Amino acid sequence: MSAEFMQYLLTGLTVGAIYALVALGFSIIFNASHVINFAQGEFVMIGGMATVSLTAAGLPYLLAIPLAVAAAALVGLALEKFAVEPARGASVITLIIITIGASIFLRGLALLVWDKNLHALKPFTGDAPIAFAGATILPQSLWVLGVTLAIVLALSWFFGRTLLGKAMLATSHNRLAAELAGINVRMVLFLSFGLSAALGAIAGILIAPITTTSYDVGVMLGLKGFAAAILGGLGSGVGAVVGGLALGIAESMSAGYLSSAYKDAIAFVIILVVLFFMPSGLFGKRGGERV
Amino acid sequence: MKFMQARTSFKRGLAAVAATFALFAGPAVAQEPIKIGSFLSVTGGAAFLGDPEQKTLELYIGKINAAGGVLGRKLQLVSYDSAGDAEKARTFAKRLIEQDKVDVIVGGSTTGETMAVIPLVEAAQIPFISLAGAVVITEPVKKWVFKTPQTDRMACEKIFVDMQSRKLSKIALISGPGGFDKSMRAECLKLNKKYGIDVVADETYGGGDTDMTAQLTKIKNTPGVQAVLNPGFGQGPAIVTKNYGQIGITVPLYQSHGVASKEFIKLAGAASEGVRLPAGALLIADTLPASDPQRSVLVSYKREYESQFKSDVSTFGGHAYDGLMLAVEAIKKAGGTDKAKVRNAIEATRGFIGIGGIFNMSPNDHMGLDLTAFRMLEIKGGDWTLVK
Repeated sequence: MSAEFMQYLLTGLTVGAIYALVALGFSIIFNASHVINFAQGEFVMIGGMATVSLTAAGLPYLLAIPLAVAAAALVGLALEKFAVEPARGASVITLIIITIGASIFLRGLALLVWDKNLHALKPFTGDAPIAFAGATILPQSLWVLGVTLAIVLALSWFFGRTLLGKAMLATSHNRLAAELAGINVRMVLFLSFGLSAALGAIAGILIAPITTTSYDVGVMLGLKGFAAAILGGLGSGVGAVVGGLALGIAESMSAGYLSSAYKDAIAFVIILVVLFFMPSGLFGKRGGERV
Repeated sequence: MKFMQARTSFKRGLAAVAATFALFAGPAVAQEPIKIGSFLSVTGGAAFLGDPEQKTLELYIGKINAAGGVLGRKLQLVSYDSAGDAEKARTFAKRLIEQDKVDVIVGGSTTGETMAVIPLVEAAQIPFISLAGAVVITEPVKKWVFKTPQTDRMACEKIFVDMQSRKLSKIALISGPGGFDKSMRAECLKLNKKYGIDVVADETYGGGDTDMTAQLTKIKNTPGVQAVLNPGFGQGPAIVTKNYGQIGITVPLYQSHGVASKEFIKLAGAASEGVRLPAGALLIADTLPASDPQRSVLVSYKREYESQFKSDVSTFGGHAYDGLMLAVEAIKKAGGTDKAKVRNAIEATRGFIGIGGIFNMSPNDHMGLDLTAFRMLEIKGGDWTLVK
């Protein structure tokens, strides 16, 4: 029984860590612009697919992964520069629709640049499952958990200790005040897209050896990451991580103990219940507009 | 009077024009190409079906034309990309029938697209050879509709026969949300009693799910499971197979013909060792004994396809080959493109050796394959081997 529980927990944590990384990407862009970037899932896909083709070209992981993350970040920056910025006067809804368009465009582009097939990446360190308290875990899952932890720590340092990070945080709290204090808000928005894209790409690379990747892998991961961000409270870093892990664990527990047919439904019911009592999510900013 | 004159000269002019047309049209009629219509999921989620099908049709129509065509007439392919969308398939089928006026339709990569088109072809009375899998396409028999792929029912039967021979009687199912998964799961659940097999667990996973260890742990802890069957295609079965290895389940794993491609072995990696699945003989074409009646057809298709497109041959392209060749043979036998005669000729097909198997059509069977069309394969050393 407890071995079973352990297995569901480990599964949930691994999947949840990926949701958390995607959710963080949503939150960073949301903070900078109040835009929900629906192309976030596509960054996940670009990370995985670019690594696949770079390693197929003979590059070692140490080179291929940074290149793939950089490529995704560039796509993110280009998306901001050429799609979001020209429409900066437009309403948030318009911007969101632009990101939906961008996601369809990026998926189509991936179809042309790469192909329609599923691809597998080699695990970073071996394929042999590790036994742990009666359950098993793949070495790659440890990578997922470890790297996610490292990224969360790095991000909290970035937002807490660096000038640029503080500027981004300030923009999220009060855009006008930040601008008055001399923060280049446009630059913050620009960089937030790059940062989100890089996070998404890392998630895509970490998960590819476990789940395989393809041009349309971003759709579902993007949706789950979005749900995680909403659950945790859009815009909250802690919320994104907690939301992601909670969603992952809820899914695997309900698949294991209740019904695998309804596991997504159960996970989303939990989200709805939470949002009913806490409309801004677990860690979201409380209170409505002040008049 | 003047008016009359004008009219006669007009008439004369008209006659001249008509004569000119007739002059040009005359020889053209004899040379008019035989139009093969097609709608395939060349893009979209079912592109792995439509893409090799489209390539196969183009390749072989080109080859037939280079060899002089059929009955002295060239073949012309009129093909549309229905992108896995039943609504688009309907629109394109309408266009093929009404505007392009094709002689026969070979297409329909998925069951959904095929089923959407059947009412149209039945009403227009045009022979239609579908390339999709499900049993419902040809059961009950529809007068104008045929199909070339083996059905999921046959896949279940083939698997159950193999399980019986290994004395496995308690099995677990795990399947995904796709139409293919659902249809095959339902067929297996209808047939298991006939083969004395109990389904003791029935798990599912969602589309785009990235981990199935929870479901598999549940199966592992179900007492008495002797084998696991995973009807499905795409990403799901590859992840199931990996997770299967990860949590160390030791009972045999069966996959379906939906993953019968080298890609699956590549995706699932080492965990795919020992996995069994039913598949067409194309996968093991090179290792078939020389006495196998299908061998020469399979080897030549594989060589042609792989040298032309520099990519691995797929079973799905083979369905298009069979569809096209059945149509061509029938047109030859019918001595023309009269639709009723062509239809009768397709229905009268006997002993046609194709990629999917040996076809014996009849008024009650518009697919024409039996269980010999499937071979039971096992993955050994990263390659397919035939289970003796």
